[in-house]
Amino acid sequence: MNDTTEREQQLVDWLADMNEDDSLSLARQMLLEDDKDPLRVMELCRMAMDIVGKRFEEGEYFLPELVLAGEMLENIGAIAKPLIKQVPGEVAKKLGRVLIGTVHGDLHDIGKNIVSFMLDINGFDVKDVGIDVPVKTFIEEIKDYQPDVVALSGFLTLAFESMKETIAAFEHEDMRGKFKVMIGGGQIDETVRAYTGADAYGRNAVEAVNLCKNWLGAAA
Amino acid sequence: MNMDPSTQTSAAKAAYDIRWQRILDCISLKQPDRMPVALYSTFWLAKYGGVSHKQLMYDYETTKAIAERAVLEFDPDVISTLLLTVASGRCLEAIGFKQLQWPGHGVGENQPFQYLDREYMKADEYDEFLFDPTGFYLHTYLPRVAEAFEGFAELPHFAGLYYFGLVAGIRRFTRPAIRESFERLVKAAEESSRFIGHHVQFQARMASLGYPCTNGTTGVAPYDFIADYFRGATGMMKDIFRNKDKLLQLLDKVTILLLRHLIPNAKASGNPIVFIPVHWAPDAFMSAKHFETFWWPSFRKLMLALIDAGLVPMPLWESDCTKRLEVIKDVPAGKCIYWFERTDMVKAFEVLGDVVALRGNLSPSLLTTGKPEEVDAAVKHLVEHVWKPGGKLILDAAFGLPDETPVENVRAMFSAARKYAG
Repeated sequence: MNDTTEREQQLVDWLADMNEDDSLSLARQMLLEDDKDPLRVMELCRMAMDIVGKRFEEGEYFLPELVLAGEMLENIGAIAKPLIKQVPGEVAKKLGRVLIGTVHGDLHDIGKNIVSFMLDINGFDVKDVGIDVPVKTFIEEIKDYQPDVVALSGFLTLAFESMKETIAAFEHEDMRGKFKVMIGGGQIDETVRAYTGADAYGRNAVEAVNLCKNWLGAAA
Repeated sequence: MNMDPSTQTSAAKAAYDIRWQRILDCISLKQPDRMPVALYSTFWLAKYGGVSHKQLMYDYETTKAIAERAVLEFDPDVISTLLLTVASGRCLEAIGFKQLQWPGHGVGENQPFQYLDREYMKADEYDEFLFDPTGFYLHTYLPRVAEAFEGFAELPHFAGLYYFGLVAGIRRFTRPAIRESFERLVKAAEESSRFIGHHVQFQARMASLGYPCTNGTTGVAPYDFIADYFRGATGMMKDIFRNKDKLLQLLDKVTILLLRHLIPNAKASGNPIVFIPVHWAPDAFMSAKHFETFWWPSFRKLMLALIDAGLVPMPLWESDCTKRLEVIKDVPAGKCIYWFERTDMVKAFEVLGDVVALRGNLSPSLLTTGKPEEVDAAVKHLVEHVWKPGGKLILDAAFGLPDETPVENVRAMFSAARKYAG
């Protein structure tokens, strides 16, 4: 058992240290040759992502590490997921639902995609409604998805007004109290948060995750 | 008697010289007689002139008239290339440019153009680019970025053609796709000539009124060139791990390619300042180790080559680059203007005040959502903590005026500069 634990730890370390080739090869071996439980392998990936997130918060890792981590996870997931045997009624418990999109007029998606990925690997259900999202679409999607948090993204200064309009529409639709609203993007600061009426803003993906965890009572 | 609108009177020349001297003084780290203020705008002119973004992009005469009105109202010390920055609509359309969406082409008539971040070069194409940059451009890159070049994918590979093989090899030029490309390119080039003609005419008109321009040409950092225009943001971030040796080789190569354009263009413009918007340097974008390995060395080499050629690099350090200050300080004193977007200017002054002139940096959120008195207070803060203690500051917004800035906030910015700093 100790040997297995060491191998498991090896996978976690290689993933956390951005050793892509070795980690992918070990994960493949575990899944395809050792018949290791794919859910366990995905759990190991999650443990590695926790370390990546911490290193990001501590200023050791930056966007390139988050992007590569996402790729490594996706590649291992592509091997593991077809091997997962569905057990009826067994659904992984999620921390909450987050609906995310870039506000109308703005076509940027890199930051939004990284936030979506980080929320996903941190145990949230995420629905990404895309870029240049009209207010009406946000309202419809929210009614349908019933999120706990709505995340509005925007890189351009025109997004300030779009975010304000979108949040005002939540008020108008009488749904503002049903979820928290966070905003983020290159130019977003406290002045913009106050202007738009959002509950909070995040400067990066980890801050976005922490906001959601705090709101949903799942602080790490 | 009709006077040429670009004729400079002696009074205008004197005004021009005084304004330009303020910029030269800042660069050489001498205190000018007052803090210079720059007018840099892209689509803000649409708000100011009451026209659509699309009109600004397509109607040369209207854009020139609005820009001139703004310059005369605000009376800045230096202006940006106000027409060149926005009036490219006809050119983009003529060439069928694929890397941007602009009013009427993917975005609404009252929205700014937006760049499409994509992989215009794939991860496995480094070798091809490194081996034969021109061949890679002709057959692969150009057809991907503009419709007018699509026929070039069928061009012969010139390198390697010889003797009768060369004579026979040119028959591909009869192919319809190649003919169509050349025909479209000639039309696009004619539009491009008109566009640049209007730009040159506008700059001459501004000079005749006494207003110098902040920069003669615009450049790019080698890393940003590859990240933005070839590999795309996430592609480049993965290359740092997966293709690091090839990336380093390509950075070396493109530094030379970029300088081959930049130095003659800057010299031809007659203005030594080279504006370089910097996209991938911010603190949050990569570790110090990655920055010092992948980003900074090629950029420093580019800046030093510009300085050696008698030019003045003016990087605009986008976002927050506070953690980079000690590294980017490593340039000769009195040769550059560092424009900061969100880096704390007071901190930048403390670290770099004896090395470079500074430019910036009223925040976009303040300018777009704040009140005139808040803008006034922000200018006062910069004057008291940067200008008065000896900082060679050219006042500007963080990245020029945000498109949505209320006109009264721009008035507040300019009047506060005069009120607090001469």
